[in-house]
Order: sequence, then structure tokens, then C-alpha cells
Amino acid sequence: MKFTEEHEWLRAEGDLVVVGITKYAAEQLGDVVFVELPDADTDVSKGDDVVVIESVKVASDILAPLDGTIVEVNEKLGDEPALVNSDPLDAGWFFKMKLKDASELDSLMDETAYNAMIA
Amino acid sequence: MENLKTTALHELHLNLGAKMVPFAGYEMPVQYPAGVMKEHLHTRAKAGLFDVSHMGQVLLHGDDAALQLETLVPVDVANLPEGRQRYGFFTNENGGILDDIMIANRGDHLFVVVNAACKDADIAHMEKNLQCKVETISGRSLLALQGPASEAVLSQIVPDVKDMRFMDVRIVNSSFGTLWISRSGYTGEDGFEISVEDSQAIKLAEELLASEDVLPIGLGARDSLRLEAGLCLYGNDIDETTSPLEAGLQWAIQKSRRKDGARAGGFPGAEHILGQFDNGVKRQRVGLQPEGRAPMRAGTKLFASENDETAIGEVTSGAFGPTVERPVSMAYVSADHSDTDTVVFGDVRGKRLPARICTLPFTPLNFKR
Repeated sequence: MKFTEEHEWLRAEGDLVVVGITKYAAEQLGDVVFVELPDADTDVSKGDDVVVIESVKVASDILAPLDGTIVEVNEKLGDEPALVNSDPLDAGWFFKMKLKDASELDSLMDETAYNAMIA
Repeated sequence: MENLKTTALHELHLNLGAKMVPFAGYEMPVQYPAGVMKEHLHTRAKAGLFDVSHMGQVLLHGDDAALQLETLVPVDVANLPEGRQRYGFFTNENGGILDDIMIANRGDHLFVVVNAACKDADIAHMEKNLQCKVETISGRSLLALQGPASEAVLSQIVPDVKDMRFMDVRIVNSSFGTLWISRSGYTGEDGFEISVEDSQAIKLAEELLASEDVLPIGLGARDSLRLEAGLCLYGNDIDETTSPLEAGLQWAIQKSRRKDGARAGGFPGAEHILGQFDNGVKRQRVGLQPEGRAPMRAGTKLFASENDETAIGEVTSGAFGPTVERPVSMAYVSADHSDTDTVVFGDVRGKRLPARICTLPFTPLNFKR
């Protein structure tokens, strides 16, 4: 699993990567009450706003971690946005994307580096 | 957080694991480890303890303090019975609201509580315009204990509170020194606001928190609780540009201060404000219920249709309501779109989402009348 400075995780799954936010980020956000997901088949560039997460108090943007195409989104979050808090690393995933350049994944932080960043 | 003031409860907040944020010049707890959602629900179910010591506490002394204060507020202060409290607001010459306040009659003086962000301006305003002694209280903290279990918890310390009803005020001696207690709050629930000497504040707070029914509650849940209860936040839902009638606060202007009343007018902006009783208002504060799950937050522009270009209103407070389990907002809309069940469209991140005008509050008010 790889991590960004924006507190996203990326997990390779076949030729796709699954993207979500870390436990640390979910705790900082507080209780998530609404998640607005992009449409599938959306081309995105690194840094684009792709997901909006609303906690009780505040709306936050989730950025595209790398260039690529979003091919699937986690529709379950529409009815159960709290999955982002209860299971951020698994059932609380946001979208799956096909990277434009799969080798870019290697440029991201590993778990040790991410844990050092939030320490 | 530099240059921020702290309250006498600061150390307790840190020990309880609060997340501290700057608010109105103070470092205040926005939430504790339980989180906004649980804190909110716990307050409605049992009881929550809030530190509201950042608010201003002021005494007005003198035989004619009530009539003096009436020159600044459109509220009947002269006939407020001893031992009772009333909601009010300072108005400006244009009929706008400078701050909303609580006024209590304590016999030979009035006790006024003002908002933190406005307190310096409010005190200067009173000192300049009132021909009576204005005493700003320092050295006293203010706690709010809110929720259905409040009476049972507080009566363990002060048995007398069982005899108080909504908006009663009392000065009582206790093992935590002299307490100034009112049966009131900002959550829509039964509860109390308790002024206590700074030296006793942490001890009193710890005693209240020792009850398993009481959790500490931060500003986050304070905001969602007051929003569900349909209560205005000064600076968001009311300000210098909103009139009391636009805000739907005409109930706080008693007959004696209206046209043909015993002491009609005589406050800043009276002509404008009293004229609106006859002529109506162009815009109105309303409740707004988004039809989807996306909250419509403060600043969201409202439109009559999905493609109109001219906004007919704007959201002034909006969040997810943990008790009602859906997003809730308050907004100002033009009078011709203010009828209950009118559907309007909020611009949320470039999309026009439907929302329905509704009556306030969103949750029933559980006061002990």
C-alpha cells in the first residue's frame, strides 16, 4: 500500500489502484455524513478535486493522487458515508482508477514513510 | 495559538483531550474525543457540559437601569419580573441587530449576558449610552449544563434548581461558592447556565462531569444543537444588516414597545423596525431542508429554479443534524419564496440541488415551562 501527503492510500488491484483516505485522516475529519463521488470514466490529473467529504461541521476535498481515469466508485458510501470512519482502509474506499503511468505509484510514500510524516 | 485568551477551564479541556481552536479571540474546545456526533446525541439524550466562559457577563446598576436599557433594546425590560430572564438584542439606527443578549432582573440590578465576539463593542455601547453604572464582570466563568438529565445532576449540588422553570434566574450559595443560575441555554433542551467564580470553575465542572450522564461538549456540537433548535447564531443568521422581523424575532418585541404600546419605540432603528410590523419584510429567515444528503452550508446561494440566474436567497447556517439524521439549514429568502413547502434550489459546488422551505425548529424544544 502507498500513501500521499494528502492522507490518501492507494492499493494495487490487478491493473487498477483502489483509493481511500487513511485512518489518521478519517479521525481528523470526524464523523463523515456525506460523500460526493465523481462519475465513473472520468479522466483526472494529479491534484484535481475528485471527491467531496462532508463531516458534521466541514466539507473537505479529496484530490486525485496521480494522473489517470476513474473507472469505478464506491456507491455504498451514498447510503453509508460513515464507512469512511468505521473502515477507512477497506469498505470505506472511494474510487478505483487506471493510472496513466503505473510506475508513478512507486514514487509515493510507503507505510513507514507515511507513519513518520504523521508522527 | 498565540495571542489567544484562555478560560479558567483551559487545563481541564486539555486534560479531557479536547481539540482546541481559536474562537472569538479565545482558545476553545471544538470537540472532545467522543466527537461532534456523539456529543450532540448525548446532550439530547442525557446531559452535556459546555464551557461558555468566553461570553460577556455584565451588571447594570441603578433604579432606572431597566428603563435605561430599553433605550438600546426593543424589549420590555421594565416589566420583567424579578428572578426572570428574557431574550433581547441591541439594535442599530438602520434597524439591524448589533448583538443578541440575555437580560435578567435580579432585583436591584440587571444581569446581561452578551456574545463573546461582540462583548467589547457591547460594553462600550452600554457605557456610552446608558446613564447607569455598567459593571463588567471578570473573575467568573460560565458553564452550561444542557439536556434532559440536567435537573437531576445539578440538583445534587443545588437542590433548589428543581423549583426553577424555564428562564428563571437565581443566586444561590453552594459548596462551590456563590452561583448565578438560570434555567436556559442554547440547545433547545432543558438545562441551566451557571456563572461560577473562576477559582471554583474546574471543581464544579469536574463534579458535574463525575455523573455518568454528563459528557463535556465542544463548540462543534453546540453549533449543530442550536441549529436543529432553530436558534440564531450572531454573525451568521443575524447581524447588523438583518432586522428582527426579517429574522422572525418579533416575539421578542413585547407589545409595550410596539406602536401604541405603553413605551412604544425609543430604541435605535425603532421607526424602521416598528414600520415592518405594518408593512411586512422583503426577506425572511426560514428553515431549509435539503432533499438530498448533501449539506447546504452558510453562503450557499438559493434560486427559484434550476436555471434562474438571480438568487432569491442565501443559506446562513447549514450542517448535518445528528438528531434528525439529515442535513438542515437556515436561510434568508425573499418573502415571495418563504412559504413553507416552497422548493428552492441551492448551488452546491456548481450543482443546483433541491431544498424545501420548512418551519423551525427541526427538533422539538424541550423546555420546562
